[in-house]
Amino acid sequence: MASAPRSEKAAKRAARSSDPLRPSDHIDSAPEPPEPADGIAQPRLGAAGYLRFFWRQLTSMRTALVLLLLLALAAVPGSLVPQRSSDPNGVLQYERDNPDAFKVLDGLGIFSTFSSPWFSAIYLLLFISLVGCILPRTKHHLDALRARPPKTPARLARLVGYTEQTARTDAETAVAEARAVLRGAGYRVERYADSISAERGYLRETGNLIFHTALVGVLVAVGVGSGFGYSGQRVIIQDTAFTNSLASYDSFNPGRFFSDDALEPFSVRLDDFEGSYQLDPKSGAYQPIDFTAHLSTREPGGDWTDADLKVNSPLELGGTKMYLLSNGFAPVVTVRDPDGAVAFSGPVAFIPQDNNLRSLGVIKVPDGLDEQLGLLGFFYPDPMELADGTYTSVSPYPGDSSLLTLTVYTGDLGLDAGVSVNAYSLDVDELTQIAGPKADAPALELTQGQTAELPDGLGTIEFDGYQRFVGVEFHHDPTEGWVLVFALLILGGLLVSLFVPRRRMWVKATDDGTGTVRLEYAGLARGEDPGLAAAVAEVARKHAARLAPPNVG
Amino acid sequence: MTTETLAAYSLLAVYSAAAVYVLAFIASVVDLSRRSSDALATQPAASASAASSGSGTTVLAPPAPPSAAPPRSSRVARIAFALTVLGFAVHVLGLVLRGIAASRTPWANMFEFAVTGTAVIVGVYLAVNIFRNVRFLGAYITGLVALLLMLATMNVYVDVVPLPPALQSGWLVIHVFVATLGTGFFALGAGLSIAQLLQARREAGATGMRFLRGFPASDALENLAYRVNVIGFAFWTFTLIAGAIWAEHAWGRYWGWDTKEVWTFIIWVVYAGYIHARATRGWRGNPSAWLAIVGFSAVLFNFTVVNLFFKGLHAYSGLE
Repeated sequence: MASAPRSEKAAKRAARSSDPLRPSDHIDSAPEPPEPADGIAQPRLGAAGYLRFFWRQLTSMRTALVLLLLLALAAVPGSLVPQRSSDPNGVLQYERDNPDAFKVLDGLGIFSTFSSPWFSAIYLLLFISLVGCILPRTKHHLDALRARPPKTPARLARLVGYTEQTARTDAETAVAEARAVLRGAGYRVERYADSISAERGYLRETGNLIFHTALVGVLVAVGVGSGFGYSGQRVIIQDTAFTNSLASYDSFNPGRFFSDDALEPFSVRLDDFEGSYQLDPKSGAYQPIDFTAHLSTREPGGDWTDADLKVNSPLELGGTKMYLLSNGFAPVVTVRDPDGAVAFSGPVAFIPQDNNLRSLGVIKVPDGLDEQLGLLGFFYPDPMELADGTYTSVSPYPGDSSLLTLTVYTGDLGLDAGVSVNAYSLDVDELTQIAGPKADAPALELTQGQTAELPDGLGTIEFDGYQRFVGVEFHHDPTEGWVLVFALLILGGLLVSLFVPRRRMWVKATDDGTGTVRLEYAGLARGEDPGLAAAVAEVARKHAARLAPPNVG
Repeated sequence: MTTETLAAYSLLAVYSAAAVYVLAFIASVVDLSRRSSDALATQPAASASAASSGSGTTVLAPPAPPSAAPPRSSRVARIAFALTVLGFAVHVLGLVLRGIAASRTPWANMFEFAVTGTAVIVGVYLAVNIFRNVRFLGAYITGLVALLLMLATMNVYVDVVPLPPALQSGWLVIHVFVATLGTGFFALGAGLSIAQLLQARREAGATGMRFLRGFPASDALENLAYRVNVIGFAFWTFTLIAGAIWAEHAWGRYWGWDTKEVWTFIIWVVYAGYIHARATRGWRGNPSAWLAIVGFSAVLFNFTVVNLFFKGLHAYSGLE
């Protein structure tokens, strides 16, 4: 810097007032004055002094950069181990597989990296630093927008793209034409004596500020949205209706400030479900092509209307969106006691295990029989017996041959303890198998309409048929639209701030008194501007063309 | 023609493209080695510093030839470039055939992503060459792409399968294409940053690496790397936003810290850091170049390791 030519330095100094404001360690800002030589006896910093010192540190480029890199680094563990937010079952699995490592990592909050104190600390500091940077910059920029382009430097020769030419005209005309050329190129112009000072690209700083402000906007909108929103999952079996209330959900994740009033009491009924598949002849596996759930929906006070729900196209009910997550079969069974009284009857959702919809499910019959009954079942839409006597499903299409196999247990199902129990799993450790591979009686095998005797004279079970079910998610996010708006502002601001050049240009005319004028052109880049020299040359060319019409030249 | 025949022709085209890229790589390496032996034929690298400071009549720069343009490229360099163009044409043909075979946009699994991504890397390299001569990166680009294509055909090849419901969306085309476009610019930017680091070492007095003589000066390389990376960053920002919009449609939330989302975010933050580093005193030059290289490494990691070994919703490698 010390060797920088004087005129450039002077130009920079003169220009600084309308420059974008930058942290002191920004490449475009003036270097700090060196510490006084007798710096050993530093003056004491008062409390305010310390605060100012830390604030300066926090809002410096270097701190922002370090925080950015820390943020990237801190996000890595969140991808290495399952997260409670996105993969709660994975977390449980991890706990089972590595109990020791789990304890340590869980203590560090690694399983909820993105809401952990250390991750939050980094991004909150980053955003404080950001706000501390954009507030003064915005004020400065608003002033700069009203400021006049700076005085023309005395010597242009050392600036970027310096060009000299002469024209047979007078200074007055030359300056007027230069003004017109620069104005036409989108510059803000100001005349100083026989020179024009011009500046353009204020939009660059505007874009930069919009980009950074919109980042804060996204953060705030996401925070508010997750605070007041909710999401919940629910399995809906064919011909049954779901009404949006807290008790209807299988699982529910409310935001911090959620209240029950936010649940709009709409209803949804699954009328039918269609899955279509394509057979891959090489692998013999079916690939899903399309899933459509035919629904009836009713908004509060309205009538039932038909609606289709597909993957990738959510349904909007009031301010809530509904998504198709999963689907499968729900075999309908009826369990009777020896006298024929019904102990259990209804469809039970079975969870698909593969693309051909071999499905696993649990039926629990706590009351009505001499003993509590637990059944672990497999449903095969298109069954085929394997060599070892087990079954598989060879297609996802159900038919008359669709098979339900059941392993039967008796014992305490643990439903009376008042602890919530997963409806889709059966803890068989405490139960006695009475039909199945480990019992005297073989597992039950039923096709539609068939009835089987339960062992030990407990009663009968009938496989009445099957229905479809869908797993759906309801999602309410009151600030989703705002997040999108801010995200688009981020993109727009970024494009403007990266690709609009901020530059100054000067045209100086010196009348040499013999009917010709010496014209000088030069530019100064404010930020990245690889095209500046070419832009100066272009202005010089246009200017010359206006001053020397073809008939004269 | 049946799907199988078309897919087979497509694979043949991809193999051929890889072979042509290997030839282009060899020619580029020969060109580089000639540059190092051909000491006086090309001018020292300082040439571009004058251009970067941009003043026409300046005496600021150290005594250096005023022209940034390298002398006429050698015959073997022209062959290398022609082979790259040919490889690109065959490569795109393979991609189009694959698309016709599947009757959909050919980016639904890891193999197709790889073929598309590498084609875009070469496409970006060729397109940037229209505006700036970056042929000195020919060996880097063709070597990288040939390697990736070979790995893709050997390790992640899958037959043509229909699009699963979760991918049936117009956003697939937009989101994935813009992501690969960003990747293409990041690849080129990383190459320029590597060249910049090597050149900076040479300028600091390191011996060896005489092939760098024909390369632009390190500050010119840095400026160019910055421009290329910034374009990549803009595309990457769009990828993030488009991905969030699509995720909102498909999964019911625009952001859920899925592993792929985490890595896309990490890459975005690293490149944001790169852009800040370049504007921070003490970080411009080599440190920021390292950040660009870290960023592209993260892109490669995201595409390979995260796709294949991490669990998540973006599990579309098509491999079991």
